[in-house]
Amino acid sequence: MTELKLPSIDYAALSPILIMLGAALVGVLIEAFVPRRHRHLVQLLFALAAVLGALTMVVLNSDDRLLTAAGAIAIDGPTLFLQGAILILAAMALLLIGERSVERGGYFVAQAAVTAESVDDRRQAEGANGATEVYPLTTFAIGGMLIFVAANDLLTMFIALEVFSLPLYLLCALARRRRLLSQEAAMKYFLLGAYSSAFFLFGVALVYGFTAGVPGRSAGVDFATIHAAVGTSPASSVLLFAGIALLSIGLLFKAAAAPFHVWTPDVYQGAPTPVTGFMAACTKVAAFGALLRVFHVAFAGAAWDFTPVLGAVAVLTMLVGAVLAVTQTDIKRLLAYSSIANAGYLLVGVLAPSKDGLSGTMFYLAAYGFSVLAAFAVVTLVRDADGEATHLSRWAGLGRRSPFFAAVFTFILLAFAGIPLTSGFTSKFAVFAPALDAGQAWLVIAGVLTSMVLAFPYLRVVVMMWLSEPGESTPTVAVPGGLTAAALMIGVAATLILGVAPAPLLDLASGAAEFVR
Amino acid sequence: MEEILTYAQAEPAGTVAYAPAGGLLGSVWLLVAIPLVSAAILLLLGRRADRWGHWLGVAAVGAAFVLGLTYFFQLRGLENKSVERSLWQFIAVGDFKVDFGMLFDPLAAVFVLLITGVGFLIHLYAVEYMAHDEGRRRFFAYFNLFVAAMLLLVLGNNYVMLYFGWEGVGLASYLLISFWYERPSAATAGKKAFLMNRVGDAGLAIGIFIMFATLGTTQYDEVFNGVGALAGGTVLALGLLLLLGATGKSGQFPLQAWLPDAMEGPTPVSALIHAATMVTAGVYLIARSNPIFSANSTLQLVVVSVGALTLLIGCVIGAAKDDIKRVLAWSTVSQIGYMFLGVGLGGAAYALAIVHLLAHGFFKANMFLGAGSVMHGMHDQVDIRRFGNLSKYMKVTWLTFMMGWLAIIGMFPFSGFFSKEPIIVAAFEREGWTAWLFGGAALLGAGLTAFYMTRLFVLTFHGPARWTEDIEHPHESPKLMTIPLILLAIGSVAAGFLLSTSVPDWLEATAGLGVQEKGHEAVLAHWLITTLSLLVTVLGAGLAWALFRNGTATAPQQAGVLVTAARRNLYVDAFNEAVFEKPGIFLTRALVFLDNRGVDGLVNGLAAAVGGGSGRLRRLQTGFVRSYATSILTGALLVVAAFLAVQAGWLA
Repeated sequence: MTELKLPSIDYAALSPILIMLGAALVGVLIEAFVPRRHRHLVQLLFALAAVLGALTMVVLNSDDRLLTAAGAIAIDGPTLFLQGAILILAAMALLLIGERSVERGGYFVAQAAVTAESVDDRRQAEGANGATEVYPLTTFAIGGMLIFVAANDLLTMFIALEVFSLPLYLLCALARRRRLLSQEAAMKYFLLGAYSSAFFLFGVALVYGFTAGVPGRSAGVDFATIHAAVGTSPASSVLLFAGIALLSIGLLFKAAAAPFHVWTPDVYQGAPTPVTGFMAACTKVAAFGALLRVFHVAFAGAAWDFTPVLGAVAVLTMLVGAVLAVTQTDIKRLLAYSSIANAGYLLVGVLAPSKDGLSGTMFYLAAYGFSVLAAFAVVTLVRDADGEATHLSRWAGLGRRSPFFAAVFTFILLAFAGIPLTSGFTSKFAVFAPALDAGQAWLVIAGVLTSMVLAFPYLRVVVMMWLSEPGESTPTVAVPGGLTAAALMIGVAATLILGVAPAPLLDLASGAAEFVR
Repeated sequence: MEEILTYAQAEPAGTVAYAPAGGLLGSVWLLVAIPLVSAAILLLLGRRADRWGHWLGVAAVGAAFVLGLTYFFQLRGLENKSVERSLWQFIAVGDFKVDFGMLFDPLAAVFVLLITGVGFLIHLYAVEYMAHDEGRRRFFAYFNLFVAAMLLLVLGNNYVMLYFGWEGVGLASYLLISFWYERPSAATAGKKAFLMNRVGDAGLAIGIFIMFATLGTTQYDEVFNGVGALAGGTVLALGLLLLLGATGKSGQFPLQAWLPDAMEGPTPVSALIHAATMVTAGVYLIARSNPIFSANSTLQLVVVSVGALTLLIGCVIGAAKDDIKRVLAWSTVSQIGYMFLGVGLGGAAYALAIVHLLAHGFFKANMFLGAGSVMHGMHDQVDIRRFGNLSKYMKVTWLTFMMGWLAIIGMFPFSGFFSKEPIIVAAFEREGWTAWLFGGAALLGAGLTAFYMTRLFVLTFHGPARWTEDIEHPHESPKLMTIPLILLAIGSVAAGFLLSTSVPDWLEATAGLGVQEKGHEAVLAHWLITTLSLLVTVLGAGLAWALFRNGTATAPQQAGVLVTAARRNLYVDAFNEAVFEKPGIFLTRALVFLDNRGVDGLVNGLAAAVGGGSGRLRRLQTGFVRSYATSILTGALLVVAAFLAVQAGWLA
């Protein structure tokens, strides 16, 4: 009997993950032991402190380039950059989640078990304090995302996927108002998420089969083994390509790429708006972080084969996002389609097989996260007696009612449209330029054309806000509490700064753009 | 024909070198600054300056004149009579450098004296002439702006500075032509002048671009020293573009149509800008660019042809016009044609053209101011058929105008004789048949000039009175108007002789100008040409005197083909309308149509297609999980199939 040899674990390098997961566990305990009155404040501060602690550890670890936990986790440039991005964006999302002055009691239902549309439900909607379980759920999700971008083998990646997905399913169901819509969204997300996880798992199995039989190596699903197997494995390459296809379907589902995007509008619309923002910013970062690692590390040798297929997916994604955004009438669904189109642009960056492509994609992820969180922050503020007024017709004339927030939202929309002096322009440039260098002009042309189409729905909202007379139904804009105001200002400032002076972040991304293998 | 059209390269015109301006001459920029500051004060103070503004304007130009005289005498004492002063780097982008610099040399000096001297007298005259106009302060502001821009034009030491001044005078001219902008005709004339000048200015601008592209500089000295190294075709293109600019500003063929319309402005404007100074900027440009024009004989031929053609056009149309200012305007066109002829002939004739330019500045300003004086006394009547017998009522105007008349027709011993006759002689000094062609044209022009100017003079001041009913007793103009007239009349008498004896020698010191080359022997003897020119002058004048001694009908009469054509400006306006305006309007309409139907249609169609597609695709988003799952499954199958297809090489 051989002695069980434990792998060495670099706890310092793993500390951001450990902090988040530990904080989530403590959060559950807080739910159990801290009096209800104080729970909200304690949970919020604790979660924020955990995020900041994890961020500090990321910064302290910023020079790490290593594999740990027997090669299951890679702490390298992209991991640290993306973990940092996730943590900062998550902090902003937590600020939005913790807001309780805009909507009395917060955006979350007081008790998830109350039957929707019942008398009790209506009573809780009037102002009962929202459930504080959202904080441990959010921290679990953040922890899962941190593992997801660091995962260096497919099984770890799968577990991380589930760790951050399950809390998100729950979070989607916790809206205080329009609870049927919220529960429906959660249900759809859960079913389709489980469905896509199955694809992912099946892909893992096929790739495992493919790696078997490489001389001198045992079969495995860690990326080094896969990387070595591509090109040398005696197994049929059908296994490999079917595996890549199924794996990428699982990841593209999370990234909201067409045709796996169908859940996005419904879930974005039904979920509580802060959670939508959290998903749009952080899930995007996590999903693309994983995509980058899988395609740049594990399957780099098969780039010639997957690029055309994923390129077609990218073009389809841009087209679907842009074209469908044109006829949307709900601001959250509009932003959902915008997020889908942005997934297409990000794929262009993923498919540029160079350091610039990698760093450009990472820059895009961070910049887009700031803008989209700011956009959803504004959405939380435009409301009437029944909660948020998300129908676009209600936004007509908002510029007269509330010039400041209309101006802020206009700025964010212009950033989404890629107007210069906003981060939208610099980030699109950052992904399109390497794609051009790599000879993938067709992707860039599709990107530019769809950007033009996409500018229409954005500008339609701008025109509506400024050039229409406010009507009877035009809602007022709530005065944001300090937390929302902070998140909004961070998002807007980042959008502006990354548009005017993107060099520091670009340099940071460029310095981090190297995977360890 | 062949030897004319070869791109013959003449010998380089010697090295052009300018000395740095020191001492008093270092402050030559003051010439531009003083009127400019005055214009700024007048414009910025607004109504507060209404009471004294006109005197500030007069004083500014007077000061510039005194300063100009001082510089002139300074310059006379110098060895190298071309001094430049670089004030600051105007434009510096990479290799593209432009100085903000001044060049004061004999050529610039005579222009400075003309602009400020004649300008001062006209300013003085305008104080009285515009006395009853509410916009007098504004008028003087624009007038000073013009003087500043014109001085910048002649004082710059590179083509960009020249262009700067060139556009400045264009602006001032536009503002002053449409000074009475509430009159539609004035507003239209201003626009016409502006647009036609644009055509010329575009040529000048492209010419300057060519200098940048081929020589990498626009400094006069560097351009002139480098032009010898350029290919013949480049020099030709450069020269033709500069010539286009010159024809636009100077009202020469084919861009002459704006100048007569420019008479819609107040009369002092016509006198200063559209007779004495601005319209001679084209002559200045060609004289200044002498090394470029001398470098290519084809170019000189074109300039000479433009001059000869224009001088005849001006004479013919001038003979058929009945508006006193338009006759004078066409005579300006014609006289500038003589100057172009002179500068085109090259060699010593450059100086002759400048002499004629200066002499013309005096007598034409004199006659314009005289015309203004007549109009002043005749309730702003401009039709010479409604004048007559004014010599009895406006003695000073009559006598001074007579000096101008005798000068312009080139009667001995008035100034026109000394300035025009040498140009005619020079035209006869060309080689072969072109001598006869251009010499004959110049001689014919002299006769025609005598005819129509005598017609103008006789119809205005002699013969029976044909006044409109409301005029009882025409009055002479006040002193402030007659004194400038008298001074200019003295100039009309004396300037020609003085200038023709001194200026050519003086200009010889201009670097790059006045390179004396021996002209060909004239095809006719000098004395014969002189006699002939006097003869045609007397003939033309006598014919007009005989025809119009007894007045003329007060309404237009039936006329032959030539006169009708001349009345309609030889159909140049009709030609412009048919060839440029109509197709332009058609093109605009076609583009608007294309934009509305084609571009907008395409864009709107695309938008509709996207919108329609969006609407249809939206229906796929049913909200049912089962259909979502189906779509994911379909997508998954497609992706797997695509991967397998790639792997199997089907897509390769």
